[in-house]
Amino acid sequence: MAKTHLTFSLNGRQRDDVVPDNMLLVDFLRETAGLTGTKIGCDGGECGACTVLVDGSPRHSCLTLAVTMQNRDVETVESLAENGRLSAIQRAFHEQLGAQCGFCTPGMIMAAEGLLRENPSPSADDIRQGMASNICRCTGYVKIIAAVQTAAAELGK
Amino acid sequence: MNETRPVAASIGVPTPLVDGPDKVSGRARFAADYGFRETLVGRVRRSPAAHARIKRIDTSKAEILAGVRAVVTGADVAASYGVLPIAMNEHALAKERVRYRGEPVAAVAAVDVETAAKALDLIEIEYEALPAYFSAAAARAGDALRLHDDKPGNIERDVHFELGDVAGQLAMADLVREETYRNAEVCQVQSEPHAVFAEYDAERDRLTVRPSTQVPYYVHLMLARTMNMNQSRIRVIKPHIGGGFGCRTETLNTELICGLLARKAGGAVRLVSSREETFVTHRGRPETDTRLRIGMMKDGRITAVECEVVQRGGAYSGYGIVTILYAGSLIYALYDIENVKYDGYRVLTNTPPCGAMRGHGTVNTRFAFESLLDAMAHELGLDPFEVRRKNLIQAPTMTANGLLVNSYGIPQCLDWAEKASGWRERKGRLGPNRGLGMACSHYVSGASRPKHWTGEPHATVNLKVDFDGSVTILTGAAEIGQGSSTVLAQCVAETLDVDFGRIRVIASDSAMTPKDNGSYSSRVTYMVGNAAIEAAQKLRGILTEAAARKLEVRSQDVECLGETYRGGSQDQGLSFEDVVGEALVDSGTITVKGTYSTRPESHGGKKYRGAAIGGTMAFSYAAQVVEVSVDPDTGEITVEKVWVAHDCGKALNPLAVEGQVEGSVWMGLGQAMSEETRYHDGLAITGNMLDYRVPTIVESPPIEVGLIECADPYGPFGAKEAGEGSLSGFLPAMTNAVADAIGVRATELPLTPERLLGLLERTPRGRAAA
Repeated sequence: MAKTHLTFSLNGRQRDDVVPDNMLLVDFLRETAGLTGTKIGCDGGECGACTVLVDGSPRHSCLTLAVTMQNRDVETVESLAENGRLSAIQRAFHEQLGAQCGFCTPGMIMAAEGLLRENPSPSADDIRQGMASNICRCTGYVKIIAAVQTAAAELGK
Repeated sequence: MNETRPVAASIGVPTPLVDGPDKVSGRARFAADYGFRETLVGRVRRSPAAHARIKRIDTSKAEILAGVRAVVTGADVAASYGVLPIAMNEHALAKERVRYRGEPVAAVAAVDVETAAKALDLIEIEYEALPAYFSAAAARAGDALRLHDDKPGNIERDVHFELGDVAGQLAMADLVREETYRNAEVCQVQSEPHAVFAEYDAERDRLTVRPSTQVPYYVHLMLARTMNMNQSRIRVIKPHIGGGFGCRTETLNTELICGLLARKAGGAVRLVSSREETFVTHRGRPETDTRLRIGMMKDGRITAVECEVVQRGGAYSGYGIVTILYAGSLIYALYDIENVKYDGYRVLTNTPPCGAMRGHGTVNTRFAFESLLDAMAHELGLDPFEVRRKNLIQAPTMTANGLLVNSYGIPQCLDWAEKASGWRERKGRLGPNRGLGMACSHYVSGASRPKHWTGEPHATVNLKVDFDGSVTILTGAAEIGQGSSTVLAQCVAETLDVDFGRIRVIASDSAMTPKDNGSYSSRVTYMVGNAAIEAAQKLRGILTEAAARKLEVRSQDVECLGETYRGGSQDQGLSFEDVVGEALVDSGTITVKGTYSTRPESHGGKKYRGAAIGGTMAFSYAAQVVEVSVDPDTGEITVEKVWVAHDCGKALNPLAVEGQVEGSVWMGLGQAMSEETRYHDGLAITGNMLDYRVPTIVESPPIEVGLIECADPYGPFGAKEAGEGSLSGFLPAMTNAVADAIGVRATELPLTPERLLGLLERTPRGRAAA
């Protein structure tokens, strides 16, 4: 497999790697960069567990080739906490029980992060539309919606 | 003077999960997050045939491929396995015969994915096709070949009981109605695909396995059995688990295959299943046909019930015998019913094996029962709530089939759901194509007799206190996202009257924690919670004695005010650390043990074979109202809102209980509206999350939860089941709401737009008022 010299920003740090052209971004994140917070929950593009932000917008990292990240800016769930303290969205997911088993959570939180950057005060319907690509099997989404609303209110203060 | 401040209560306080920060930060490690460096990749070759004899397997070409470290087949498997000791008829890798498409036949461990995939292709397997049966009816046909030699007629188990005077009481009834219902097969589709990480130390013959399981102890037992390995050489560590809902309540073939590969390769192997493989590993709820007949008096009292259930169980036993027993036994214990005739048939078919999905065995029977009850109430002009109120149980009591009912919150659940939904004011006044429906449901708080009867207590918890003043809970209880570690910390903090932050939980590592049967049948809060309380009480006794020594008072005079112990109101008191320090004198590190065993009167009935199934210390109860709107042109149903009351005895952690109830109702919604596994000649054609329609956030309704607390006399602080009981009620409440909205009664689920349109087309105009 041909390889490409890839430079891009990952969670604010500059990466400089030689990666196989067929490597998926999610595999790069988990296996090469050791960032296992991003999960694989399906066989491609169905569940949203692998959601990361690319240049600030949510993206399925399981449908993205790593080499297409040349000079771009990738953020994963590991980037959100500051000095070990949870971000407002992470805290809301924790405190409101937006996470039960926690497997869909990193993708769910990154989708919420992307949504709130775009729309800082979403209605419940905006949240439903904005997070429609992410499947959770534990919560019935009730407390996920509550968590995103709580985070939006906190960030709006 | 030590500050005497009350420690905040733990029980009854909405408490975020103790492992929550790990989950939201991405630090939580699941099985697939282990072992990227210097480990081998495992891959499984699966049967393309639904039913065939294996004539030949040749692995020689795969074995010599560079980078391949191990190839295993059925020949490497020492023994069969299965979750029920009486029905271990499955092999980790097929021996001689395959019985469903996707059954594992061989596996490899190689240095990378590409090599592993190439090696799989190099394995030569020759099959001789056998007749295959994809429906229960086809497998039961007289001339059908037996899937298993010891199961004539391909019946895994038939169950028959008749209690009371069914024929007489049906004859006495003012109204007798019969209906047949069909539920499609559904699957758990937990967020995390199955994964295992196994490390074998060849020098010391030790195996360490991290499986994505709800039952680490059963995995431990089955690894030893199928690998012919001494149990003492195996360590099972449960990592974070991405949900289960029952599909991981038995050992899965991939867990055993990964162990076999690791030993043969003499190293570490990651075996991560794809979503499609996870679907085929299955263990979901079986396709079920339920024929139900109910006799009712004009006032709504139920006189007798006749029920026949046929389940398409799949190719191996799994939990099947228990499933078909639950489907009959839990007709009881929700209403005051004496006379029941039940005939259940669990059928072996050439489809992936079913298992113990959330609400195990009860869901499809409850759908039928609450649907027919609603239709009969309608026919008699009775309000659905009033019909339920005519059939209430007076607790405490023993049901006709021997199930103990100590606490019974149905009356309060009915009141809450009726009021919260505005039933009286709104029913019948919602305008066209909009309706309200309701149903009740219940579930056990753990099965009172464990499957592996060893004579041990049901649950054991150890507590450790050392110089640092921390309290460590050592428990085998499998945290799978339901909040078991949190609830145990709450039980211990409350009993000891210490700060919640002082508690640390170490869960599910066979090298450190006491054995636990695992997270299934909603047993953990009840059983392990009680064991944790007993351990904490013992520890409190030790600390009180130590405080008495130090304060030079009698132990009964020691007062514990939060973390301060004192001998009288003028006493300056001792801090928790002081007391621990005194307790450690001469004794050293303190470890105490608490256990829990169920009471014999809860062990279920003896009136028929298998009557123990259903026996539990406590039943949870639920009532729910569903509001729908229906588009008669497209057949699309929108669930506008759900109001659900759940009697959990005592909400130890109201936040988690709410989450469990919401999740249960919502999982019922999936089964009712869109979820269905389908097969084409035994080939799974819905093995992904697009064709298998799990509801997304868009079509998921608001769910309002009412927590009803009818304390159970033996539950931990009065608590009982919370995570399963309200699932089954959703299905009939939704179809009853559709009947209210547009006048047609669905008897087949899921009620997809296609099915509803078909139903509308077949319903003569004017009859649409059922």
